[in-house]
Amino acid sequence: MGCGTEGVIAALTAAADVVSAHRDELVELDRVIGDGDHGENLRRGFQTFVVAVTRAAPATPGAVVKLLASTLISTVGGAAGPLYGTACLRAAASIGDAPELTPTATVTALRAALSGVVARGKAEPGDKTMVDALTPAVEAAQKALENGADIHGVLVAAADAADDGAAATIPLVARKGRASYLGERSAGHLDPGARSTALLLRALAESA
Amino acid sequence: MSERVGLVIVSHSRRLAAGVVELAGQMAPGVPLVAAGGMPDGGLGTDFAAVESALAAADQGAGVVLLFDLGSARMTADMAVETLADPTRAVVADAPLVEGAVAAAVAAAGGADLAAVVAAAEGRTVAESVEAADTDSVEAAVAESVRAGDAESVRAADAETEIVLTNEVGLHARPAALLARSVAELDAKVVVRLGDQRADGASVLALLGLAARKDDRLTVTAWGPQAEEAISRIQRLADDNFNEAR
Repeated sequence: MGCGTEGVIAALTAAADVVSAHRDELVELDRVIGDGDHGENLRRGFQTFVVAVTRAAPATPGAVVKLLASTLISTVGGAAGPLYGTACLRAAASIGDAPELTPTATVTALRAALSGVVARGKAEPGDKTMVDALTPAVEAAQKALENGADIHGVLVAAADAADDGAAATIPLVARKGRASYLGERSAGHLDPGARSTALLLRALAESA
Repeated sequence: MSERVGLVIVSHSRRLAAGVVELAGQMAPGVPLVAAGGMPDGGLGTDFAAVESALAAADQGAGVVLLFDLGSARMTADMAVETLADPTRAVVADAPLVEGAVAAAVAAAGGADLAAVVAAAEGRTVAESVEAADTDSVEAAVAESVRAGDAESVRAADAETEIVLTNEVGLHARPAALLARSVAELDAKVVVRLGDQRADGASVLALLGLAARKDDRLTVTAWGPQAEEAISRIQRLADDNFNEAR
């Protein structure tokens, strides 16, 4: 079963709610090893999107994701804007004009999103960034797809792997982003970007 | 006067961007310098829309060089360049913000083209700058000679002089900028030497890198049609103590 425009809007609106609900947690994580703006920046970006998507009424899943991309780029302000923005731009391009998402298209979009984050931020797995959540998520989604999962199953696999990947950032020393200035002192803390990636994927999985 | 390459300063802080523009502008009259700092509400962050409009304002026909403060500002700057109708009109320079902006502004004030302004910001050497700018054979020969470590063996200098620094603090930022600006617009390649060290006379960063102090003796060598003019301008600057009180 596919997921049409309405379904994609509903899933991203649910993601916006999750971001708002976890705003303070993300702010706190970022305050410890970054500049403390991640939760508020993401909340502002997603809430702006929720308003914009009602007004613009995009016609295809790809157009919805593209609107999310441009909204995040223009409103987030911190590193998450260009990173999630580029991720969504690449995902939107991979979805194209298709009227609905299939499980295969979902995995392809996730992979495109990962390539966008890597191209923009130049981070590699192990650098203590959102790449550490997204990389295993894409691999797990691919495996689930090969095992015949539907969109829900693909996204649950991605979210589970992203949770594990995010948790695995705790002992790491940051090599990218503001946390990298802390050096060894960044170890022992969950990376806020990896955490928000895991939260977003979980929200998408639960509404798919 | 032909159009100058413009500069956009991308910072998380409105005041930091404005301060860098103020500082760089002091040494570079006539260069379009535009600050893109902070969020629309004045808070910390980089605003994509502000960078976009700053790019448009700074491009007076010769292109734009962007400088950034921290990593996410670089990402925003990169995105703004990628979304230009012609992404080759702007370049994000990988340089220290303040030094890079001053060096780039001075190069732009001297009429340097986009590639040369980027090179100045990034503090690259004569040889690397010449490679990047793909300029004429005289400069290439000089570049080759600088690489070889023996300028004279490849092509004799067209003009040369020795100057002794008499000003109190030596070749610091302001004198270096004056020197670079005085020769940047000339059709001449200038190399300043202190002992074994060499610096591109058009590069503020390279000149600062010499760390030349009071009483140091510098050899200034020039090649090209306006080599003599370049040497006489530098000689005059030195004679005037770089406009500092004695």
